[in-house]
Amino acid sequence: MSETKNETTTRTGVRSVEYVKSLDSKAPGGPIEQRWDKHRFEMKLVNPANRRRYTIIVVGSGLAGGAAAATLGEQGYNVKCFCYQDSPRRAHSIAAQGGINAAKNYRNDGDSIFRLFYDTVKGGDFRARESNVYRLAQVSVNIIDQCVAQGVPFAREYGGYLDNRSFGGAQVSRTFYARGQTGQQLLLGAYQALSRQIAAGTVKMFPRTEMLDLVVVDGRARGIITRNMVTGKIERHVADAVVLATGGYGNVFYLSTNAKGCNATAIWRAHRRGAFFGNPCFTQIHPTCIPVTGDHQSKLTLMSESLRNDGRIWVPKKKGDTRRPQDIPESERDYYLEERYPAFGNLVPRDVASRNAKQVCDEGRGVGPGGQGVYLDFSDAIKRLGKQKIAERYGNLFDMYQQITGENPYEVPMRIYPAVHYTMGGLWVDYNLMSTIPGLFVAGEANFSDHGANRLGASALMQGLADGYFVLPYTVANFLAGVKPGGLSPDHPAFAETEAEVADRVRRLLSINGKRTVDSFHRELGRLMWDECGMARNDAGLRKALRRIPELREEFWQNVKVPGEGGELNQELEKAGRVADFFELAELMCIDALHRTESCGGHFREESQTEDGEAKRDDENFSYVAAWEYTGNLAKPELHKEPLIFEYVKPSQRSYK
Amino acid sequence: MKLTLKVWRQKNGKTPGEFKTYQADHVSPDMSFLEMLDVVNQDLIIKGEEPIAFDHDCREGICGMCSLMINGVAHGPKQAITTCQLHMRSFNDGDTITIEPWRALPFPIIKDLVVDRSSFDRIIQAGGYISVSTGSAPDANTIPVPKPDADKAMDAATCIGCGACVAACPNGSAMLFVAAKAAHLSFLPQGQTERHQRAVNMVMQQDLEGFGNCTNIGECSAVCPKEISMDTIARLNRDLIVASLKGIEPTVQPAKAKAS
Ligand SMILES: Cc1cc2nc3c(=O)[nH]c(=O)nc-3n(C[C@H](O)[C@H](O)[C@H](O)COP(=O)(O)OP(=O)(O)OC[C@H]3O[C@@H](n4cnc5c(N)ncnc54)[C@H](O)[C@@H]3O)c2cc1C
Ligand code: SF4
Ligand code: FES
Repeated sequence: MSETKNETTTRTGVRSVEYVKSLDSKAPGGPIEQRWDKHRFEMKLVNPANRRRYTIIVVGSGLAGGAAAATLGEQGYNVKCFCYQDSPRRAHSIAAQGGINAAKNYRNDGDSIFRLFYDTVKGGDFRARESNVYRLAQVSVNIIDQCVAQGVPFAREYGGYLDNRSFGGAQVSRTFYARGQTGQQLLLGAYQALSRQIAAGTVKMFPRTEMLDLVVVDGRARGIITRNMVTGKIERHVADAVVLATGGYGNVFYLSTNAKGCNATAIWRAHRRGAFFGNPCFTQIHPTCIPVTGDHQSKLTLMSESLRNDGRIWVPKKKGDTRRPQDIPESERDYYLEERYPAFGNLVPRDVASRNAKQVCDEGRGVGPGGQGVYLDFSDAIKRLGKQKIAERYGNLFDMYQQITGENPYEVPMRIYPAVHYTMGGLWVDYNLMSTIPGLFVAGEANFSDHGANRLGASALMQGLADGYFVLPYTVANFLAGVKPGGLSPDHPAFAETEAEVADRVRRLLSINGKRTVDSFHRELGRLMWDECGMARNDAGLRKALRRIPELREEFWQNVKVPGEGGELNQELEKAGRVADFFELAELMCIDALHRTESCGGHFREESQTEDGEAKRDDENFSYVAAWEYTGNLAKPELHKEPLIFEYVKPSQRSYK
Repeated sequence: MKLTLKVWRQKNGKTPGEFKTYQADHVSPDMSFLEMLDVVNQDLIIKGEEPIAFDHDCREGICGMCSLMINGVAHGPKQAITTCQLHMRSFNDGDTITIEPWRALPFPIIKDLVVDRSSFDRIIQAGGYISVSTGSAPDANTIPVPKPDADKAMDAATCIGCGACVAACPNGSAMLFVAAKAAHLSFLPQGQTERHQRAVNMVMQQDLEGFGNCTNIGECSAVCPKEISMDTIARLNRDLIVASLKGIEPTVQPAKAKAS
């Protein structure tokens, strides 16, 4: 880590002069195609006979955690795997619909590892690390082989070979899929591999167990503190290395497409123990979700992006037009994406589609209850192709839409609105996926990831499985080869202290006995984040949020009501702990968004746009990963920078006109 | 809408439970069933009572975490959906709705509407996988899979492991769940090597867990949110016959049955 005095961030006024440390990514040099092979060769190995003496904790059983736990188990390590659901098979990866990318080039349509690498770096708006992204593209091909061997029933063509589709505006067909349930099938593959290891005794599974803190001993991650969600028992787990694969933190916004239990607690607690947080403000908003119907709304449902292939997006030209859509004549409709982006039309990237929807709704032209929606209209496609064909393509989605809204999309246009979907930010990791705490590895959506400022469709599943099956098994071994196994008792003072802190927090939450429910606080925080740190951000709004969040957090700790006791299943207590952490993370997200005065990918700063209102990057000042260190003062985290160097893909301004 | 709810409340596995009645007065037809319960819970918390515990996570019909017997029907009155996908417009103003947990011996109640389904995980651990370690796979297109087989494997693989089939079965059998997993793998060339051993082991584990026998009643398939077909059970039974002809014995150890 090198240190330089830096004053550029004073522009935001958050802090005055400060010291900015730059981070070492440990990315190897040399030709990019050879880096991973070379690195793999140079990494140390653990003798097979010694492996079971090493204990590895894997928190999370989604694609990243499930794959890692199974593979490390196969290799003979002693693995403990944790999840908060009642079964590892229910991790949120299960909900992914569209597909998984891989540079197989089975279509012979010009795809290659380099093209997938190139598309990912460019799609991420040049805020990802080239070496990592290249490795991701390389191992993508092994993922598909592995999954097929496990029995993942990918879609096939009539000849029996694997089918592909193009996804999210990619110009090649490299997406493998299993109907609209790709995540489910991939996760079942990993779950089955994990189950085999549980039966073999190499992995011990702890379902309904929540990690509430990380234990650091002499600067190294040496274990975790958990709460058994059935008995309420707080427990210590010692290990030689800890892997966090706990998913994304989109639920900071309360409403998102994430499962209700998705949380930031594991990574946030690790952050407070010394792991830097990378690019916390990078959030992806998905354009095609079912709009909010009322205050009771508990989550948002994603409608596959593929709908934009045939549906036309429009709003009335007139403000506050309350006529039924079928009564609005063609001449009074604004097909705003087709109008503004003639080349891409309704297929512009996610961030562009989302921002435009927000804009027309902000102008008062939104449709449906509350005016927070735009039409996605299939009437032309039905005229052109027939109802039959549309039903074949989207039947499932149309049924799902009707189930939720009670409206028939074959007859009236769908209403859609953007929703929080994915978080590119996460704990900062080096090329080995190790955080700034030695022995703490972070994988899947939980790390700051290979997606830069914007993730391409079908790339999260790829990354989770790449990390779990093909990266961690090498890099964790390399780390373990350098340390002696075991030698630490759960009675070590660091465990006792951390456990006491966890128990104290639980007690505090239960004893406040205030007047507001956890959900009411969470909703208010979510609303604030959506308004000020959502699809578009600006200086004044972020400052407002930074004033309001600490007030609200203070009120939470004074006035929240958590019924029941600690020593039993207590779902309100679980939620309260998670929301308490969201309150702290939210502040960091706003600080990061305020400091990054450029626009890039999903981070749109209103002050930084091109003449036609598109996101404008500032490579001169912001071509770095912002990695934040917890200082003990939530309002004053310390910024470290990992400079981003582009040797293979030259940064250019994205244009979809 | 105004509704009357009769909800099963039970503090834990050791304490007997009972029905309690609640009024839900501000129910919108646009709410999902679980959102309706959320609203009831918010009121209970403010009144200083304990909210109703129920399992849920994705709330879009895919994780298999939600459950509930609604008026005696697993996942409620509408076919082919989970409880979290059910919306209140399927009910009428003034209705009384009875809400209970899954009831089956191998699914012990943890609290209120929450049950322990870890027996399902142990059935998979007994053999519901293909034994392939990471890194040993050949190129994915080496073995073509006829599309009709891939489609049938996928139909079976959509099972979300919710347990509605067990809750609906008068015998408390898990046969539809076991058959779905077995069929998913037995329709694929990759799943052939262990096909019969897998069938024998999973069924053995099912019996050890205390699930009942299948007598082909079909209640399971009728409530299954993923419409898993009874044909999968016939297929599993054929595999069991072949296994017995081949003299394949289960390799699961009874002692391991109840360990988690
Ligand atoms: C609706 C939807 C559709 C999507 N579609 C696609 C798609 O088509 N293609 C694509 O590539 N990506 C898609 N994504 C994104 C992708 O699904 C996720 O990014 C990815 O699956 C995350 O995997 P993961 O293993 O990192 O985390 P997860 O699958 O979220 O797993 C997290 C795990 O951590 C555990 N956990 C969390 N916190 C704790 C704690 N404190 N203690 C103990 N355990 C904990 C959980 O129990 C779980 O096992 C989609 C996402 C959503 C929401
Ligand atoms: S077979 Fe159907 S009802 Fe049974 S667990 Fe699977 S999805 Fe649920
Ligand atoms: S909550 Fe996931 S299936 Fe119902």
